[in-house]
Amino acid sequence: MFADVFFVEPWWMQLIKSLVIFLVVFNLVPITLLAERKLLGRFQARYGPNRVGPYGAMQPLADIGKLLGKQQFAPRHAQHFLYVIAPCLSVIAAAGVIALIPFGPTVDIFGTETGLYGIDVSIGILFLFALGAVSFYGLMLGGWASTNKYSFLGAMRAAAQLISYEAAQGLALVGVVITAGSLSLVDIVEAQAGMWYFIPQFVGFIIFLIAGFAESNRPPFALPEGEAEIIGGYATEYGGGRFANYYMAEYLEVVVISFLTVTLFFGGWHLPFGIDPPHWVDPIVVIVKAIFFIFFFIWIRATLPALRYDQLMSFGWKVLLPLAMLNTLVTAVLVVTLN
Amino acid sequence: MSNVSEYRRAEQAVDVAEGGGITTQPLISQEMTEWGGDQELLSINLGPHHPATHGVLRLLTQLEGEVIRDIKPIIGYVHTGIEKTAEQKPYWKVIPVIERMDYLAYYFNAMAFCGAVETLLELEVPKRAQYLRVIHMELNRIMSHMVWLGTSALDVGAMSMLFYCFRERDNILDIFEMSSGQRMHTRYFQVGGVMEDIPKGFEEKVRAFCRRMPKAADDFQALLSKNEIFLHRMRNVTPLDEKTLLELGVTGPLLRAAGNPWDLRKAQPYSSYEDFDFKIPVGTKGDNWDRYAVRIAEIYESVKIIEQALDGLPEGPHIADDRKVVLPPRHELATSMEALIHHFKLVTEGFRVPPGEVYYPIEGPRGEYGCFVRSDGSSKPARVHMRDPSFVNLQALAPMVRDSYLADLIATLAMLDPILGGIDR
Repeated sequence: MFADVFFVEPWWMQLIKSLVIFLVVFNLVPITLLAERKLLGRFQARYGPNRVGPYGAMQPLADIGKLLGKQQFAPRHAQHFLYVIAPCLSVIAAAGVIALIPFGPTVDIFGTETGLYGIDVSIGILFLFALGAVSFYGLMLGGWASTNKYSFLGAMRAAAQLISYEAAQGLALVGVVITAGSLSLVDIVEAQAGMWYFIPQFVGFIIFLIAGFAESNRPPFALPEGEAEIIGGYATEYGGGRFANYYMAEYLEVVVISFLTVTLFFGGWHLPFGIDPPHWVDPIVVIVKAIFFIFFFIWIRATLPALRYDQLMSFGWKVLLPLAMLNTLVTAVLVVTLN
Repeated sequence: MSNVSEYRRAEQAVDVAEGGGITTQPLISQEMTEWGGDQELLSINLGPHHPATHGVLRLLTQLEGEVIRDIKPIIGYVHTGIEKTAEQKPYWKVIPVIERMDYLAYYFNAMAFCGAVETLLELEVPKRAQYLRVIHMELNRIMSHMVWLGTSALDVGAMSMLFYCFRERDNILDIFEMSSGQRMHTRYFQVGGVMEDIPKGFEEKVRAFCRRMPKAADDFQALLSKNEIFLHRMRNVTPLDEKTLLELGVTGPLLRAAGNPWDLRKAQPYSSYEDFDFKIPVGTKGDNWDRYAVRIAEIYESVKIIEQALDGLPEGPHIADDRKVVLPPRHELATSMEALIHHFKLVTEGFRVPPGEVYYPIEGPRGEYGCFVRSDGSSKPARVHMRDPSFVNLQALAPMVRDSYLADLIATLAMLDPILGGIDR
């Protein structure tokens, strides 16, 4: 189970590639922010932001500018080092996943063979979960270090929720790994050339998506924030630039989960019905598919009420996890018998 | 030594420097200080500034993990002294201040006060005025339920509902603006009837609203009542039985949710409610779901009442014809000396009310609004007291939410629908 890396890219190509990928995906974050506010407005029979720039397009910039201009406040009893480092951990963990997302196959650029992705590691999915485990530290340490009872409750919720749902999410992906026969994300996309995995792995897809909502703390699983009862949860004491960091991490997670869903279940850069465009279209296909899932995240937020904490836990352990196990088992049996 | 001086002595014994010392009983109840659980309890203040307490309510809670073991509501943060203010004002000037107690049920506050004063005056209210009062009160009931539904849905996380509900609420406020010129605190009800007759086009507007509202309520139900997550959050959550509710003096939708069909509109009809055909929705368990369902069903019933009142709206005067109480019509002031004198006396001194005391209860959106008025024969009330249902119902919060989750506390508080302006008065 190793990815076939037959080539080594020159250092300048790796530099350019990483810059381009990070700039493109990072720029999706303010776009998601704006899209959410505009779309929520439309869902809720109002306009959404429309004052800053044309169609309110500069609203995210104005927000970020405002937050960065604020005082760097920390509560007197906060554990300062952890308090400062926690939001950074969240962002780094979310951003790290971007490197794994494949935007296209290996192509020829300036006479150099280049993969349209950050890195293609043979342990892609494991790397993914390693980063997911780190992102939970961001929330938990932030809530813990704030020395606030609300933050503390939020941190405990974050710890429990993220760990439980990572188990279900991981097991949901085992089916994909078995079907594709590889842990590398590029190989998984290439294995979907015939059929996108959301058809054979439909149960896995649903579990992954639900767990994705929980992992990114999005409604209806926004319990670590607990807007109604624990007023912001882990982020209660955060303001200004540090809060902006948490905010960005959340939206980055949304973007990343959308990209991963596309990669793992919706055929990455492949198009249906045998349409095979030139390779420069591939990244656009991936981004458009991801935007569909970003829209889905926003749609769900506008519609559903939130679960209760204990209901969330029992749903994760009693429904999603057994279902994911069953899915794995059935997939394994089918793969063995059919091959 | 009389009771009053005893009270004064206790009042003066309070040492403000020692944090008031007003709370003679400890904030944490006795059984909690001897808590036998294996964990230390986390005491946490929800409020007074908390997004989900529907105003400035402070809830001192003792948590074991996320489970509430003890809770104490602490009120008084928006005390405005309206009852005392009312003693300084002539009866007709009391109406605007008393409307501001429960700021989502201003017609009910005004109705309870006007009804009490009319009972003291033994004043007959014309049938048309009674019907107009019913139309406005039922619109107010729907309006209050819209605010309740929007904010409750927001508290359980369905954020879009807030905007849908406030859209319907705005339609009702438009209607209020049409009849009285104000959107909130309209001062439309007067002692003896209503301020003005309804303008042209009012009936069509209300009828259009009556056609739209049931559809809107259907939409709300489609979003919430069939939503699995919402059902999980509501069903079997924090039930309280009828007996306990009655012992605590709880009225309104909360009591009806537990299966007791107590509704003053039926039990003790006032303002011609006996003319209308409507049902009293009741629940079975008294859990959050029943509290939700009863209020939703009430919206449909209110619409039915409004339609019947519009159909049967009698012709006639909109206010009683007693010149000692009611202002003379404007056009008479230029021609009639007597009218001018009456007008002057009413505006400067107000009308005098024969000595006596009365308690006038009506059924509001949250329960029994009862106004107690004592008159000493002058033009100002000697005492005005409002039995506000939010205040009494808040007592039921602790027995409801004990040993349930923190998120359930927020949902239950939303289903209690307390209005802090009414609680603190």
